[in-house]
Amino acid sequence: MADLTVNVGGVALRNPVMPASGCFAIEYSEALDFDRLGALVIKSVSPRSRAGNPTPRVAETASGMLNSIGIPSKGLDYYRRHILPAYLSFDTPVVVSISADTADEFAQAVAAMSIPGVAVIEANISCPNLEADGLAFAMDPDTTFQAVCAIRASTALPVWAKLTPNTSRIADVARAAQAAGADALVMGNTVLGMSIDVRTRKPRLGNVMGGLSGPAIKPIALRMVHQCHRSVDIPIIGCGGIRCAEDVAEFMLAGATAVQVGTASFLDPGAMQKIIDGLQRYCLETGVERIRDLTGQVRLDQDLSDSWLRFAQQSG
Amino acid sequence: MNAVQEACFQRNAASVASHRCEVVRHRWVNDRYKYLKLLARADLAGATRPGQFYQLACPATDASQPFLLRPMSVYGTGPEPGAIEFLYNVTGVGTRALADLRVGGHMDIVGPLGNTFTFQAGFRRILLLARGVGLATMAPVVRLAADAGADVTAIMSARGPQDLMRDEFLRGARADVHGVYDSDGSSAVPNVGALLRGLLDTHRYDAVYTCGSHRLLLLLQSVLADYPDVLGEVAMEQHMACGMGVCLSCVRLFQVEGERKFLRVCREGPVFPVRDVVGEVRFG
Repeated sequence: MADLTVNVGGVALRNPVMPASGCFAIEYSEALDFDRLGALVIKSVSPRSRAGNPTPRVAETASGMLNSIGIPSKGLDYYRRHILPAYLSFDTPVVVSISADTADEFAQAVAAMSIPGVAVIEANISCPNLEADGLAFAMDPDTTFQAVCAIRASTALPVWAKLTPNTSRIADVARAAQAAGADALVMGNTVLGMSIDVRTRKPRLGNVMGGLSGPAIKPIALRMVHQCHRSVDIPIIGCGGIRCAEDVAEFMLAGATAVQVGTASFLDPGAMQKIIDGLQRYCLETGVERIRDLTGQVRLDQDLSDSWLRFAQQSG
Repeated sequence: MNAVQEACFQRNAASVASHRCEVVRHRWVNDRYKYLKLLARADLAGATRPGQFYQLACPATDASQPFLLRPMSVYGTGPEPGAIEFLYNVTGVGTRALADLRVGGHMDIVGPLGNTFTFQAGFRRILLLARGVGLATMAPVVRLAADAGADVTAIMSARGPQDLMRDEFLRGARADVHGVYDSDGSSAVPNVGALLRGLLDTHRYDAVYTCGSHRLLLLLQSVLADYPDVLGEVAMEQHMACGMGVCLSCVRLFQVEGERKFLRVCREGPVFPVRDVVGEVRFG
């Protein structure tokens, strides 16, 4: 048996596979043994009560799906009393994902949720920042820095910053999160998208636009994990379109220390267990003794550009 | 599963899994509906109760590439332990892909999912109000009632007599069937309302179940206001992704004990009390 354990910024995990926030809830205990997962990541809670977005909230696309659920929330107190306890009864680290509208709200919510039993705070800074025209915090290095600083100052727990693939400045955003004290990055959230029914001429999502997930976005997420890996020293948790053990290995080679699985669970609620079993097979087949040794081991030829130039000069 | 975990969610099945099934029968029952029988290794017949559904991984074809699973009510189970049946209308990307599935081929299905119709041991007489694919969802209730020796009355609404699928609904059970049709106008809401009231005034019904028409659901809700002792249940639909209550896609608004709340069709449903339904059609 290969050693599947990984360490994400001081948090030891029995394997690198955990759910993506919003794609996991206690109901999956009908289909999965939670004590075999790397960590339990609960759907984001926001300090304000929200009804969520209008239906329809999901639409399928080629090799993926769009969602605009809208983080329905009954507030922090309800979450602490009625949602969190069930997850704390497993022998697996619990990651509480938090979403908020302003840096101050983030700070207050993070402090309120830093309670015994919670192992990690995942700051969903991919959500709209009401103080910046609704632009997500993680679209911009400055707002990323401000939000993560406020969060960092409010908790002694490890903080994972969940970034968005919708930014054009991912390296700067990743460095800002690291500079502000994030213990790890989650790369990343969904890609903003849209779909229209050409017969009814109506948007397929009630909210018009939504987040694209699934295999359709995997190359984007993989590229951005690699960009983060080249930019920061803190661990990266890869997320985006992962559905099998080979996908996990691919993200780890690109620079991820662990991964999150989201949409794949919607197609098979037992997907994460099958991925973990598949990782053992992958390690056996490829002679990997410790899965953590894969991180960042994509084989890049540093001299490729020069040798290609020399080669290409032979042509007319 | 300890007490804390058990108390915090409505458990609908002992275990849910993706089951690899063989297609053992697949045929048209008329020009729009197909009958599908699958065989799994697991005892799906023993694990599945009336009203529950499965999510089908409809295999991609040249013309249709469904990504998400498709929720589909169970039409029947058995007699083999692994046997599960569906009756479906070929209408969208998923069902068109499904319709091409050949006998001997394979498909993955996830379940059993959702809650069940209430049928108590003491029920002596039930009424079913069905239209379209709703009859597939309620066929297990017909069987349950017939096995329990209860009298079954059915109002079946269809485009015309050739679309009724009476035999597919009853599957050999005895029932008093009232067909109403678009073709002769008898399916109009005032007419069905009078028929419903006439039946409810003539016999003591323990329960009325409906599925397949929002118009008929709202009609039944208004009629049942005058028959407070009769249980009313409806099986509902909504766009779904996970089918297990995780993604929060398939919510609808309900009026539960005086409070309006969003419930998940896949987890708190698909079967709901008719009286709890909020008759808002826009966000269906």
